[in-house]
Amino acid sequence: MSEPTPDPTVEARARRGRNIALALGLVLFVVLVFVVTVVRLGGSVGQRPF
Amino acid sequence: MAMSPALSRSSAPPRWQDYVQLLKPRVMSLVIFTAITGLVCANAPINPVLGAIAIFCIAVGAGASAAFNMWYDADIDAKMRRTRGRPVPAGKVQGADALAMGVVLSLFSVMLLGMTTNWLAAGLLAFTIFFYAVVYTMWLKRSTPQNIVIGGLAGALPPVIGWAAATGTAPLNAWLLCAIIFMWTPPHFWALSLYTSEDYQKAGVPMMPVTAGAASTRKQILIYSLLFVPLCIVPALTGLGGLTYLVVAALGGLMFLFLAWRVFKSRAGETGGQRNDDGLYDVKASSKDARNLFAFSILYLTLLFATLLAEHLLDLPAVGVFS
Repeated sequence: MSEPTPDPTVEARARRGRNIALALGLVLFVVLVFVVTVVRLGGSVGQRPF
Repeated sequence: MAMSPALSRSSAPPRWQDYVQLLKPRVMSLVIFTAITGLVCANAPINPVLGAIAIFCIAVGAGASAAFNMWYDADIDAKMRRTRGRPVPAGKVQGADALAMGVVLSLFSVMLLGMTTNWLAAGLLAFTIFFYAVVYTMWLKRSTPQNIVIGGLAGALPPVIGWAAATGTAPLNAWLLCAIIFMWTPPHFWALSLYTSEDYQKAGVPMMPVTAGAASTRKQILIYSLLFVPLCIVPALTGLGGLTYLVVAALGGLMFLFLAWRVFKSRAGETGGQRNDDGLYDVKASSKDARNLFAFSILYLTLLFATLLAEHLLDLPAVGVFS
């Protein structure tokens, strides 16, 4: 079975787009976890005893 | 081995936009809208940032369900005009990639919603994903004409999740919103399937017009409409909806019943009454009543939830007699 061969330039551009989208998704996840942590901890977290 | 049309691979490499299409963005927008309504109607103080993240998680969970659905249904999607352009049947994205995306986004959305709000909301989201992906997609859709009746629960749960995210509880009023969407689903989808049943028949999906015939489907649309419209009035009685809601629900409900009656008296769904090739709303004359009900059902549900949302945001007085 032979599969169609994509144009290398188009393939590279599509891969780059997917990689950027994936990177943005991961950054968004990190930012969301950070924001949730900060908001849920509240403002007086520094005063809590260890 | 020759690949079947459902499994064919496109020569074009997959783009990130193809992966976005796996999430069914249009369905996702309706989920976001109803979840926001549930969250706002709960009238509970919630940090706006956490509220926004909760809605985001519910939307991503809905996207995960859609990715599971696209993976599992690629074979029947390839046979229907409405769905054959989807990324998996069109060969733009591999089925395994859609499955992986569904798994990853499910875990991401449920865990983050649990950490952001509470585990009741997260549990309800997990149940919704499971119900849509496994109960509806893998079991009901191919085995019973009641598929969209029971499966409609998955689409009806987002306002309850939104409510639970805000309060940590799921009271009667939250389930009332769920019941409204649940009862809306059969007349909405059966109106559509009356003029797309040729596609469903070709794909072997036992939609009501395919198994019970058009006349029986038209009768059931009317019966469900008679149950659905009074249910839409109930939020005004429990204090969830105000006077504006009552007027919108009553007037829109009368219109809904009128259109359902027109469908009942029509020959919608009979042989030769299917749609043309030009789009979802371009139908042959005998199916126009079904098309009109389908279109109005979307408008009516949107108006009901938008009115509830506006009343709670503007803090308009309720008229409830049981509140």
